[in-house]
Amino acid sequence: MYDLSIITNWIHELLLSVMPGWLATTIECVAIGVALLLVYALLALFYIYFERKVCAAFQCRLGPNRVGPLGLLQSFADMFKMLIKEIITLKNVDRFLFALAPYLVIIASMLSFSVLPWGNGLQIIDFNIGIFFLIAVSSIGVLGILLAGWSSNNKFTLIGALRSGAQMVSYELSIGLSVLTMVAFAGTMSVTGIVEAQKDLWFIFSGHIPAIIAFVIYLVAGTAETNRGPFDLPEAESELTAGYHTEYSGMHFGFFYLAEYLNLFIVSGVAALLFFGGWMPLHIPGWEGFNEIMDYIPSVLWFIIKAIVISFVIIWFKWTFPRLRIDQLLNLEWKYLLPINLFNLVLMVLVIVYGLHF
Amino acid sequence: MANIQDKIAKQFPEATFEDGEILLVNIPDAKWHDLAKFLKEDADLHFDHLITIIGMDWVDKFGCVYQLSSTKYNTQISVKVATEERENPMIHSVSDIWKIATTFEREVYDFFGIIFINNPDMRRLFLSIDWKGYPLRKDYDMSPENNPVPTENERQEDVTYSYVEDENGNVEKKTIAIFQPEDYVVNIGPQHPATHGVLRFRTAVDGETIKKIDFYSGYIHRGIEKLCEGLTYPQTLHFMDRMDYFSGHHYHHALCIAYEKALGIEISRRAQVIRVLMDELARIASHCLFLGTYCMDLGATTMLFYTLRVREQILDIMERTCGARMTFNYGCIGGVMQDLHEDFVKDVKELLAVLPKNIKEYNELFIGNVIAKGRLENIGNLSFEDAISYGVTGPSGRASGWACDVRKTHPYSIYGGLDFDEVVYTEGDSMARTKLRIAEMEQSAKIIEQLIDNIPDGEYCVKVPKVIKLPVGRWFQMVEGCRGAFGVYIESDGGASPVRLKLAPPCLPLANVVDHITQGYKIADLITIGGSLDYIVPDIDR
Repeated sequence: MYDLSIITNWIHELLLSVMPGWLATTIECVAIGVALLLVYALLALFYIYFERKVCAAFQCRLGPNRVGPLGLLQSFADMFKMLIKEIITLKNVDRFLFALAPYLVIIASMLSFSVLPWGNGLQIIDFNIGIFFLIAVSSIGVLGILLAGWSSNNKFTLIGALRSGAQMVSYELSIGLSVLTMVAFAGTMSVTGIVEAQKDLWFIFSGHIPAIIAFVIYLVAGTAETNRGPFDLPEAESELTAGYHTEYSGMHFGFFYLAEYLNLFIVSGVAALLFFGGWMPLHIPGWEGFNEIMDYIPSVLWFIIKAIVISFVIIWFKWTFPRLRIDQLLNLEWKYLLPINLFNLVLMVLVIVYGLHF
Repeated sequence: MANIQDKIAKQFPEATFEDGEILLVNIPDAKWHDLAKFLKEDADLHFDHLITIIGMDWVDKFGCVYQLSSTKYNTQISVKVATEERENPMIHSVSDIWKIATTFEREVYDFFGIIFINNPDMRRLFLSIDWKGYPLRKDYDMSPENNPVPTENERQEDVTYSYVEDENGNVEKKTIAIFQPEDYVVNIGPQHPATHGVLRFRTAVDGETIKKIDFYSGYIHRGIEKLCEGLTYPQTLHFMDRMDYFSGHHYHHALCIAYEKALGIEISRRAQVIRVLMDELARIASHCLFLGTYCMDLGATTMLFYTLRVREQILDIMERTCGARMTFNYGCIGGVMQDLHEDFVKDVKELLAVLPKNIKEYNELFIGNVIAKGRLENIGNLSFEDAISYGVTGPSGRASGWACDVRKTHPYSIYGGLDFDEVVYTEGDSMARTKLRIAEMEQSAKIIEQLIDNIPDGEYCVKVPKVIKLPVGRWFQMVEGCRGAFGVYIESDGGASPVRLKLAPPCLPLANVVDHITQGYKIADLITIGGSLDYIVPDIDR
């Protein structure tokens, strides 16, 4: 396994040798910020293309195939179009909140983006409550959605925002509890710590039954949390035209759009972290040769491929199932997922206490 | 027939009768409400289905022809009520006897200015509220100065009017508010993905729960009935594709049968078989599209493509024979426009081969899905009695247990000799309406299978006179369209164009019943229910 922290430390030392500490830290912060933004934008573009191709395959279509080879430049063209579009300001909206909302959404998704375990030694923020921080910042997003719905001064957006509020607050619980189950198993909240704990075997295997239950619940709640079908009620186009972002145009709409795709990546990334070892290659105890070979695959690739495979499953949901109704959605959470989750947490604790895991 | 006449004559000595294809009863307005009650409630008559109300202007007097049908005995009767008053014509309403009458009477008021006493909702139905004049009156001034193209927003009113009669016979105009002041009214439509066209539901909601819906239509009203009065008979046929654009073949069929009946033309067996084949192919295509768009409304976009795949195949067959994919214009007086394409039989057999596989896939992917079951079952229940009273025909009516298939109740063309089942479910919910359409696709395939191997030889169109003039008289013909019973009423004075051509589409009752069956459900259920009724807006507006 290449430890990329050697490179990052080397850069840090190099900078320190020619400039004072505060300047070095500032330069590093800016560089990382720019790099994150770039990765963020590129991933979003990739996801737009990926979803369109996957959905086309489900629907016996070809998907984008005109702009560039295999339509690869389609999402760049879309983004460019979005950038040059006029941002329309409407009459009778709350100007300040209306403009603020998309930024809240995108800031929330960017902050959680930065906690993800990108690779061995490629941890941007690594502190002892990493996963807690992630859950905390990702909840800011719902504020943006509520504000967007409220400030637009439109009945459809308001209903969309109310639905979204009810949905996200409810499903936050499930996410929190299933994350808590896995944190209990790992014994740490630090992202690096969780990954390191899966050195021998991924949690989904070592934690067996409770881990699998937690994974299924996490996947359902994560889909709901990202407002994707079959839980896309806040923007149910056949009911509410576009829900909370009906009145947005140009890049403001683009922010919601980007954040939605990136949230998909973040939810998948966290699932990869908690259940499939983050950037950790597939290791099977006893199979030394196999483990060695797996280590040759770069850790960054491991993480991104895991996240994309999980995203594929979530996209698969969206293009197969019809949408739920708001009361059914809340019933599912409060009457089924929450009790199962609590029970599962107890089960996990028993497994840990009696050492019944692998 | 004579039996019915005796019964009515005994109760209502002032009634006079006109014989014809359907018995017509003349009754003065004062007795009309009593007669209506008698016709519906008498056990031997049982005329519980009001097919349509045809407003008429006979120049010397105004009036209405009510087309009634008995769901028990499958008999039909017409009732004619007239008033000689031209300034302020008034007729008593029957909206308390047949619920659909409320809306039918609004339509008559809109076009003829006849006020219905005791109707709770006397607004215009299709035209804008500031429209001057009543367009279907014979003395209507069509000059554009009267109704210039508006440059301002249309005026809206949140009240409706009712003309109430007290014991002394004085009629008083009352104003009624549509919504309460505290109602939160959401405008669903006219531009909305789920209304399937430009139709507007003003929806009063309490949170997500629907309290009341005010249905507002007329955005694409083209006045087809008025236009037809100025056209020759063959020309009127071309409008039939432009109402319910999926039932173009059926509507052509209805009007052709009515004209052929009037002219006494006997068409060849080949033409009849071709018409029936086209009808059933169109029915499969229409139900496919229903299922696809319905699933899309519910968020399952992928199904749309699986159903369009079959529909595409049917449209290709149609295109080869009719030369069009949407407005076919295939039926004509005496038969059909062109002969079948040489590959027709081969193409249809290919379709029949893939259809069962596809239907199986629809059932597995959507009907069997647990989310779909949760969204559809026990949503928008329409009872048997309400289905009849609101005149909800077609698959939606049959899902409520009402066996209303015109192909079975009043067989036309060669349907009497074909072997197929009328699918009837009793649940009356959205799921039943959806499943029923899938079952009907199978039945249509069964009809096509019977006919495709023995299309008789013969001429596809018999010789008809160059100038077609119908004899003096009136004719009414119903066919089973994709969405329900479609009726045409023709009245002729012997000239080359009709005096009155009334089209009774199935979709107006369908859209009208939405308010009744959505109350208490969620906003998302409005989409489910509206979608399962499957109305087509150009068919409502005409």
